[in-house]
Amino acid sequence: MGEGLGVRDGRGVVSVTVNETLPLLVLASSLIPGLVIFSLPEERHGLRRAFNLTGAVLKLLFIAIMLWGVLHGESYVFRYSVLPGLELVFKADALALLFVTLSAVLWFFTTLYAIGYLEGSPHRSRFFGFFSLCVTATVGVAMAGNLFTFFVFYELLTLSTYPLVVHRGTPAALRAGGVYLAYTLTGGAVLLAGVVWLYGLLGQVEFTQGGVASTLGPEYAGQLRMIFFLLIAGLGVKAALVPLHGWLPQAMVAPAPVSALLHAVAVVKAGAFGIVRVVYEVYGVEFAQSLSLLVPLAVVASLTIVWGSLRALFQDDLKRRLAYSTISQVSYIALGVALFGPVGTLGGIVHLVHQGIMKITLFFCAGNYAETLGIHKVSDMDGVGWRMPWTTAAFTIGALGMIGVPPLAGFISKWYLGLGALEAGMPWVLAVLAVSTLLNAAYFLPILHRAWFRPQTAPWPAENIPMKNGRETAWLLLLPPLVTAAATLLVGLFAASPLSPLDWAKLVAAREYLNWAP
Amino acid sequence: MLDPLPWLILLPLFWATLAFVRGPGRGGRLAVAGLLLQLALAGGLARQVAGEGERVYAVGGWGAPLGIDLAVDGLSAVMLLLAQAVALPLAVYARAYYAAHEEGARYFWPLAGALLAAMNALFLAADVFNLYVTLELLGLAAVGLVAASGGAGPVTAALRYLMATLLGSGAYLLGVALLYGAYGSVSLSILAPLLGADAPLAVFLAAALMLLGLMLKTALFPFHFWLPPAHGGAPAPVSALLSALVVKASFYLILRLWLDLFAPLATVAAAQLLGLLGAAAILWGSLMALAQTRLKMLVAYSTVAQIGYLFLLFPLATDTGSVASASAIQGGVMQALSHGLAKAAMFAAAGTVILSLGRDDIARLGGVSSRLPLTLFTFALAGVTLMGLPPSGGFTAKWLLMSSAMHSGQWGWVVVMILGGLLAAAYVFKVLRQAFLPVEAGTQFKPVPRLLEWPAFLLALASLLLGLRAGEVLGLLGAG
Repeated sequence: MGEGLGVRDGRGVVSVTVNETLPLLVLASSLIPGLVIFSLPEERHGLRRAFNLTGAVLKLLFIAIMLWGVLHGESYVFRYSVLPGLELVFKADALALLFVTLSAVLWFFTTLYAIGYLEGSPHRSRFFGFFSLCVTATVGVAMAGNLFTFFVFYELLTLSTYPLVVHRGTPAALRAGGVYLAYTLTGGAVLLAGVVWLYGLLGQVEFTQGGVASTLGPEYAGQLRMIFFLLIAGLGVKAALVPLHGWLPQAMVAPAPVSALLHAVAVVKAGAFGIVRVVYEVYGVEFAQSLSLLVPLAVVASLTIVWGSLRALFQDDLKRRLAYSTISQVSYIALGVALFGPVGTLGGIVHLVHQGIMKITLFFCAGNYAETLGIHKVSDMDGVGWRMPWTTAAFTIGALGMIGVPPLAGFISKWYLGLGALEAGMPWVLAVLAVSTLLNAAYFLPILHRAWFRPQTAPWPAENIPMKNGRETAWLLLLPPLVTAAATLLVGLFAASPLSPLDWAKLVAAREYLNWAP
Repeated sequence: MLDPLPWLILLPLFWATLAFVRGPGRGGRLAVAGLLLQLALAGGLARQVAGEGERVYAVGGWGAPLGIDLAVDGLSAVMLLLAQAVALPLAVYARAYYAAHEEGARYFWPLAGALLAAMNALFLAADVFNLYVTLELLGLAAVGLVAASGGAGPVTAALRYLMATLLGSGAYLLGVALLYGAYGSVSLSILAPLLGADAPLAVFLAAALMLLGLMLKTALFPFHFWLPPAHGGAPAPVSALLSALVVKASFYLILRLWLDLFAPLATVAAAQLLGLLGAAAILWGSLMALAQTRLKMLVAYSTVAQIGYLFLLFPLATDTGSVASASAIQGGVMQALSHGLAKAAMFAAAGTVILSLGRDDIARLGGVSSRLPLTLFTFALAGVTLMGLPPSGGFTAKWLLMSSAMHSGQWGWVVVMILGGLLAAAYVFKVLRQAFLPVEAGTQFKPVPRLLEWPAFLLALASLLLGLRAGEVLGLLGAG
């Protein structure tokens, strides 16, 4: 499969092989539906749905082929020279596949959810068009094979999410959109400065296991520290590291499927994933440690974890509470990256997947409460568990997972982060994890208590979807959170089995440290 | 096959004359046909130059020093391609525009033809005197286009523009005279070997005068005062032509003189001064754009800002070593190309919005996103280039300029470029955000023909895709 099916030109040189096209197909499977959807008239719902779902399924299929291939030693790389010495590179390595699989799977379910959620609302062609572009940008970020390509798609992600954030066109949405742009575009500009600087020093910045920056002599240490600061500051805006997190709670005005995507796969994840790439594959974790860059990163991540959780405690708006929870939880990834040692790496990388699955469940559920009963506030949730048992069950699994209750996904992450902290000789991180867990419990358990154990005190704020034949809400709204909640349970229960996210993260971690076998 | 060198000048004159005789309806059709042919010729010429390098054509068989030479190299081939590639979709657009907006239609086609003939001749001219002639013709045609729409505002703007352009070419002509006095020739190829750092004072003076005149015509800060009313007040197809192409022509001339003829005289101090003016243009133009309440004035001030980037190439390319200087020049030219495409698209899109909505008020654009989605998308895509975000040509330009600045350790320009990009985002999104608001009560959107929307979209798309094909463009630039 490595060659053979390729198109050969006159001189017998293989110009395009299947292995080169697959990364492109993964991009095209959302880009092309997106562009077609833009041109569809608003009322062609069926056709639009068909394009959306076909694209989502095809993407999963292409990724499945690549997963199979990578396990069997194939490599999937596509290169395109933009300028002499400057290439767009798409590469499906183990880390890329982890993120790309997460995005594609969650995109599929979010698409289903969005179709149900936006039933009957205006501007759906525009919405789904940008929705597809947003996913294209995310898989581009995931498969970027060098820093330049990463930057290109990182910025595309900013542009393609703006119309989704302001989709409702209300003054609040437009204000949030403005804040979002101010943060992310400035972050992008800072990132660009770092990227150009690094390219100036290195010529090429291909993502390479073990890093590439260590090839520069010790006299560059000062410059490399400055560049690291620029890169992490630029990425930290999207990853919502404190104090760069201000846009995220504002962006809550977006429709629920957008929030779900923003928090679980697209924007914040792109930032966190960028931090992973920079530390492991640009600097190299061992080299970053020798420049003493990791401890400051761990401190910032820890502060973010605690600060996000603290702020979450005081939010009555459900989606805002979840947003602050995201700020806190995404920094687990940065924390894991900053813990020097393979076990910490494992914890950080596996959390990339686990946080996505759990958070998307919570946002789907929050959307269901809002769509079905008009509930936006935690204080309105009394007794909702008995009106919407399935949704609330999914929410409960997600929330318990976030707290880190075994055997759910979040527990696995926290376990390895804790072990990693000990291995890295940073026992104070355990205290951070403990405080964070307590705070997670403090802001999630009251919700569960209200939903299940308090009687309904007032009529629902706006019951849009009445109970019908024992079904609490539209099935397109219900199915996605149930699936992702089940996944939260399963990836935790079967963490030790082959091809689980944990197993795949082990594969990644093993390749970043030269002398380690899981 | 027609020889592109003379025909790129003759064809537009030909259809301009016919359009004058036959009136705007048929004139427009002829212009589109002529431009199609011109684009093919410019494409063929580019391929030729890429393959065989630069070439010279002696008009009427008489070469320099007696006759007139036309010369083409990589830089002029690229600029010729840009001019035809922008003008063709704009001609299609203008046909649709003037069908809905009678005023000024009569004079548009003849003047546009004259403008293109002068511009093509300028890109092909091989001596400083012919450069003057073409520059003057170009300026007069442009002033005519601004004035032709009638009304007190445009005429005042046109008069101001006329003063600026005459003053600019006057200064340039004075410089040419001084050069001729010193060396007895106006041919670039004859003058170039004669000029050295030991040149007499008169030559330095000539260089300064020519440069100053061209800066005035390019509307480099602080000589930009004439540009916003002229570009913002003219009908949309005219604004697009002027902002996309006309200011680039005088910039092309500055670049050409700086790199070839006056290269021995160029000092780091002068280069830094140009760079500083460019930086001031970027910041001031962007801030002014942000402060505008009228859509076309915003776009016009954005041109003032974007011109600034072009001038950053001088400090980056002067005495900085071959790597930094090559990438600075490439970045500057890339910026000229991508801004040309994007600004034409943006003015065209703004024109479509104004035709449909009947007003030019940024605060009252509500509903544009749902009623004119393609046009808004065009505006946004063009905006991506202006902000310098990937994968646009504007991004490639900035990448090259920034790399060059890092290479020669001139950090300040990087900061300016980053700030400029963010300010551009601020003024582009100022428009986009209003367009997402719901339709204002009592607003009627007039339906617009597709031929108004699609040419603009194609221009914006081209500015975006330019970034992905930059390698080929820069290859052509390096040829000859």
